[in-house]
Amino acid sequence: MEKLKLPTGVARRRRVVNLIFTALVFLAVLLAMVPLILILGEVVARGAPVISWKFLTSLPTPPEIAGGGIANALLGTFTMVGIATLISVPLGVGAGIFFSEWPESRLSFLSSFLNDVLAEFPSIVIGIFVYIVVVLTTKTFSALAGALALAIIMTPIIARTTEESLKLVPRTLREGSMALGVSRARTVTGVVISTGRAGLATGILLAIARAAGETAPLILTALGSTYYASGLMQPTAALSLLIYTYAISPFRDWQADAWGAALILVLLMLAINLLTKLTIGRKFAAVRAEI
Amino acid sequence: MTIMEMQKGGYGRQVEEKVEVDISPELDRGAAKLETRNLKAGFGTSEVLKGISLSFKEKSITAIMGPSGCGKTTFIRCLNRIHELTPGATVSGEVLLDGEDIYAPNVDSVAVRRKIGMIFQKPNPFPMMSVYDNAAAGLKLNGVRDRKVLDEVVERSLKMAFLWDEVKGELKKSGAALSGGQQQRLCIARALAVQPEVLLMDEPASALDPTATAKIEEAMAELKKDYTIVIVTHNLQQAARVSDYTAFLYLGELIEYGVTDRLFENPREQLTERYITGKFG
Repeated sequence: MEKLKLPTGVARRRRVVNLIFTALVFLAVLLAMVPLILILGEVVARGAPVISWKFLTSLPTPPEIAGGGIANALLGTFTMVGIATLISVPLGVGAGIFFSEWPESRLSFLSSFLNDVLAEFPSIVIGIFVYIVVVLTTKTFSALAGALALAIIMTPIIARTTEESLKLVPRTLREGSMALGVSRARTVTGVVISTGRAGLATGILLAIARAAGETAPLILTALGSTYYASGLMQPTAALSLLIYTYAISPFRDWQADAWGAALILVLLMLAINLLTKLTIGRKFAAVRAEI
Repeated sequence: MTIMEMQKGGYGRQVEEKVEVDISPELDRGAAKLETRNLKAGFGTSEVLKGISLSFKEKSITAIMGPSGCGKTTFIRCLNRIHELTPGATVSGEVLLDGEDIYAPNVDSVAVRRKIGMIFQKPNPFPMMSVYDNAAAGLKLNGVRDRKVLDEVVERSLKMAFLWDEVKGELKKSGAALSGGQQQRLCIARALAVQPEVLLMDEPASALDPTATAKIEEAMAELKKDYTIVIVTHNLQQAARVSDYTAFLYLGELIEYGVTDRLFENPREQLTERYITGKFG
């Protein structure tokens, strides 16, 4: 037994060193959380008093007139993110499948590289691009232009996460399917995607969260509005645009409303992230079972 | 030059060039279900198989044995064109199924794999599918929807894989939730469901305990009645127990091939003798 025991000095030194490093790591975590907690605290403290059912269901009012709300901005954000999702999911998932399952193709390599470049593009540049191509052509700011800008931002994110989650599907499963006399395409749709579907869902949710918070590309495309848009080809409000306009305005009630809208946006993000965490949890459960 | 060609083209003329001609004298070559001719394969620039000519008799079990790295897994993966799915894989030579080269131009590799099924070293049931769906996967993925047909095939395949009695009450359970040995038998059932003619098994029991191994071997003995089976193994006892014929591979070359009992009791090559007596490998 004696031989298993460390000399007292060494044992004490190890305990102290262990304590110091544990403390340092803990401190680092705390420091990293400080901005998050400060922002969340500030947004909740200033935004919560503004929020009410009326706030969510009323149109904005001019400065100094009480009873203004964010109904049109909520609707605009949902509309534009919704359309952007409809466009970017098929494109992004399709591209991701191509990158992951046909890596030997030269087109796959090239477009995968370009996809990375697009993912890194400053969003304001995408806004300018859509402004020139869509807004100047149709001669109007519109929800459609906004949705297109958001779709361009979402597509590479979805493509990349799709590729990564399909690459996690073990090669043995692909071979198992092919060995049954199943074609490569059917193996991808029937086995690979169904095994990696939780990862796909995660990527789509993350892209939606990112798009919902985007402001810069919408300034040049959707513009913002104080009314409900009567169609897709009209200037349209969005939460992020409303926060931007109200926050830099000189009016106290608008500034207060900006905090309220900010809290709503943060809560939306939180909900999406929670949903993401849940799907990731399922994904890991599946991978564990498989090993 | 290969065995068949020699028989066609005149035995005596060729025999000096090719010593491997007489490498499997015990085999009745007329009954060959599957045959390789000068099969070479590798990855990129490295050659793993250096020209293997072997024939597999119908409704028998042939074991491919040899030390790690001898190319036995690469060899068996060439027999149903799974090898070529690995990036950088190379292959040349011929593999004849009922006399038809599966590597000939215009041959559909998907159709080849439907006739030549495969069991892998590590059980690989589809984790998102139930036991039932795993067994029915080959049919379902190929568009069979008829519930009656599927029910029938699932039950028959699971019975043939000696798994039915253990899972008949929980067909809806995830295939990944079974034990390792059950998973492997599920994979055998899955392969049988598409009614192949040849069954390739790549060390099917190497990840399993002795009880599970015994069950797999029991199933193999039954399956032999209807299928031509090729099994890769590095387990000498297993090769001796289950197979009718045994081929010994070493460093990508066929050293000796013959009836299992003869090869183990009276090996002709010194390398074979040293391997089966445990002097290397």
